[in-house]
Amino acid sequence: MSVTASSPADRSRAWGADSRPEGLPPAISPDTLHAPLGKLPGGWELSVRAFRCWLVMYRRTWRASIWSSILGPLFYLGAMGYGLGSLVDAHGTASLGGVSYVVFIAPAVLAVHAMNTALSNSMFPVFGAMRWNSIYLAARATMLRPADINRGHLLFITMRIAMNSACFVIVMAAFGLIRSWWGVLLLPASVLLGLAFAAPVAAWTVTLKTTTPMNYIIRFGSIPLSLFSGTFFPISRLPAWIRPLAYATPLWHGVALCRSLALGTVTAGSAAIHVGYLAAMAAIGLWAGARSYRGRLYV
Amino acid sequence: MPEVLVRARGLTKRFGGFTAVDGIDFDLRAGEAFGFLGPNGAGKSSTMRMLGCVSPPTGGELTILGGDPVRDGAAIRARLGVVPQEDTLDAELTVRENLLVYGRYFGLGRKLIAERTDQLLDFVQLAERANDMVDPLSGGMKRRLTIARSLINEPEILILDEPTTGLDPQARHVVWDRLFRLKQRGITLILTTHYMDEAEQLCDRLVVMDHGKIAAEGTPRELITRYATPEVLELRFAPDEQEAAAEKIQDLIPERSEVTADRILIYEADGDAFLERVHAAGLQPITELVRRSSLEDVFLRLTGRTLVD
Amino acid sequence: MSSAPESEETSAGPVEQEVRSTSDASDFSSFPGALGLRLIERHARFYRRLWLVVASGAAEPLFYLLSVGIGIGGLIGTVQGPAGYPVPYREFVAPGLLAVSALNGALNDSTFNVYGRLKFEKLYDSVLATPLGAQDVALAEIGWAVVRGILYAVPFLIVMAAMGLIVSPWALLALPGAALVAFATAAAGVALTTYMKSWQDFEYVVLVSVPLFLFSGTFFPLSVYPHVIGLIVEWMPLYQGVVILRDLVLGAPTWALLWRAAYLAAIGALGMAVAGRRIAKLLLV
Repeated sequence: MSVTASSPADRSRAWGADSRPEGLPPAISPDTLHAPLGKLPGGWELSVRAFRCWLVMYRRTWRASIWSSILGPLFYLGAMGYGLGSLVDAHGTASLGGVSYVVFIAPAVLAVHAMNTALSNSMFPVFGAMRWNSIYLAARATMLRPADINRGHLLFITMRIAMNSACFVIVMAAFGLIRSWWGVLLLPASVLLGLAFAAPVAAWTVTLKTTTPMNYIIRFGSIPLSLFSGTFFPISRLPAWIRPLAYATPLWHGVALCRSLALGTVTAGSAAIHVGYLAAMAAIGLWAGARSYRGRLYV
Repeated sequence: MPEVLVRARGLTKRFGGFTAVDGIDFDLRAGEAFGFLGPNGAGKSSTMRMLGCVSPPTGGELTILGGDPVRDGAAIRARLGVVPQEDTLDAELTVRENLLVYGRYFGLGRKLIAERTDQLLDFVQLAERANDMVDPLSGGMKRRLTIARSLINEPEILILDEPTTGLDPQARHVVWDRLFRLKQRGITLILTTHYMDEAEQLCDRLVVMDHGKIAAEGTPRELITRYATPEVLELRFAPDEQEAAAEKIQDLIPERSEVTADRILIYEADGDAFLERVHAAGLQPITELVRRSSLEDVFLRLTGRTLVD
Repeated sequence: MSSAPESEETSAGPVEQEVRSTSDASDFSSFPGALGLRLIERHARFYRRLWLVVASGAAEPLFYLLSVGIGIGGLIGTVQGPAGYPVPYREFVAPGLLAVSALNGALNDSTFNVYGRLKFEKLYDSVLATPLGAQDVALAEIGWAVVRGILYAVPFLIVMAAMGLIVSPWALLALPGAALVAFATAAAGVALTTYMKSWQDFEYVVLVSVPLFLFSGTFFPLSVYPHVIGLIVEWMPLYQGVVILRDLVLGAPTWALLWRAAYLAAIGALGMAVAGRRIAKLLLV
């Protein structure tokens, strides 16, 4: 176990190295060592590289998620919209603005579906990429910066939201639940809503040490939100003291926006408020994400 | 004289109140294999993360390939390869897909990645497993895959944090062999280890780290010559006899001796000769061994502790 | 919209500390599955630390009661009740949600957590090295899931009483009724989980539990369906559970309730048997 040779040349003789190593990268020449550091690609190029890697992984798992991505909201629409709807319509739909119950809730189901897609992609997958399967750590060792890693993942999440929302919008159209040409904006509206959730939540999730806070957010955050944001009954039915709380949530803005687009009751003023609110949430989330990802990755 | 690729002066890393790396200096020259030898908690991994530009130094200067790791970190990382201590492979992808994903991070084209994947998998001897999932691979294979992955961008410096920890002896020798061939091609290696045999066999120069500081620096041979004698005599006595035996041995005036929990180590130029004197003094050790000294002995001399607690 | 999968168990302590020495166990050795009580005890100790999570699990049906029962209820008015006269919608929906709360409570602990323990935590391996057998393990897991179901149902019952939604003294039987629903769910859950191969298979759990939740007469009476579909829904265990609880709470029990209860009990017994056999097969290789 002793070292009998002292110089690298001697040691290569001791190892019996051959002169034809196979499969190796080419030898480093002194010229490459003198090369100055290259410039990084600008803009979103690095983020797109991170996004493409999520696509490679999605190629393996897309089949498994198809059922919950598409069937879940359809079941809700069927049970609540048509099942419960038959009871509501029999009683009278004046408080719904005169439309049948299923038409009233369909845009809300779209909005909730966008929110759920955003949350289910920005919570456990972000946590897992940090702590379980080290996807972020692997990317960190390359030329990607924390902001690129954050935005790359958000690009992928946006794609998922868009895909899920598109499926539901097609169903809405097929069942005649879209009453206005403004309905073509339903897809970008739900993507904006999803991003308004995904960006801040991802920025938060990456800082977590255990999964418990996420379970609380789901139980005490997203479930009551999805039930009380004017989704299944008009928000006017909520007690007056709780209404301001509902107005402050992104989901209410998303529901109101989608409903006004589907029913054709949208006005410039209301749309500006809703879109502005959601865009602000998304922008804050992006800004926070760059900072929190950096804090977690560059320790 | 080969060019200096990495220069550290007074490099420090603190986490809150705890100082992991305490003002170390070193130079890394092109084409050499440079080792950081030390026990767990010595600050080796923190140093590797600073070199990998993913951990900002708290103090001192660090220059890598002419750039500053905090300002130019991403650009430097484009020319580094990193083999971390825990494999950060994606267990739900295949071997080939892991290399694809990593190569895409560097902006390499698909065709180029495919070519390099074939070459690299040949190099690490994983070509037959190219389309297998990563999860069922053995620890040694995963480590070889991580090495292959770290080479996808043809780095100039390869950083390896404990490359063979946790591998069985067979796997370790394969990894050493691969790393040695890389060295032949001119790639500069930085590695950390707490295995003295790994440090001796792979490293051209190394530093001994303990509690965040550098205790010694030099080639393995230099360190052994400087801090240990050519030979070591290891004696084992019955537990109740050890103390008395140690005293008697002191009377024989050895060049240096250490008493550890289970052995007495005697450092002499000629171990056999001293052993005869031990027998002549009437001592009957249970086991006796004369061996050449190693970095383990260097470490014991420098810090008073063994490398592996 | 459906219950979030809970994986609060991130580490399972070794069970050897909880299982006492053989000399203690021999006192109970004649009682079948008694050793399984030890395993339930171990779970109870673990979850005492997470009492808040358990308590908060009861919040979900409460949210549904408020939003669907009262919020939408105002848009509906009354529906035909089991006793033959119209009842306010919220009185109609509350017992259904009670059944669902028992089901939810039992579901996570009989599926996700069991799978996690089977695959990753090697808890069962260490347990089976003790005097416990595979049937005891199955019984214990089912038993714990039933306890969890009851823990979700009790707060909901209290809320129902506080909101004046309990109409009849027959409602005293609602808690055993909810336990029966939990039992059927737990047994079926554990049995089916033993057949799962990977985490992707849990899509099926969601795929089954969400429509079950929505379409089993919880939110609207069977009369809403076309006749044929209604006949199919009658075979759903949750529907039978909902009907049992609704009849009891609203004071319209019939002898048919005994058949319905027997149906749920039979599913539970079948699940228990299958689970015991499957766990034995999986672990004692």
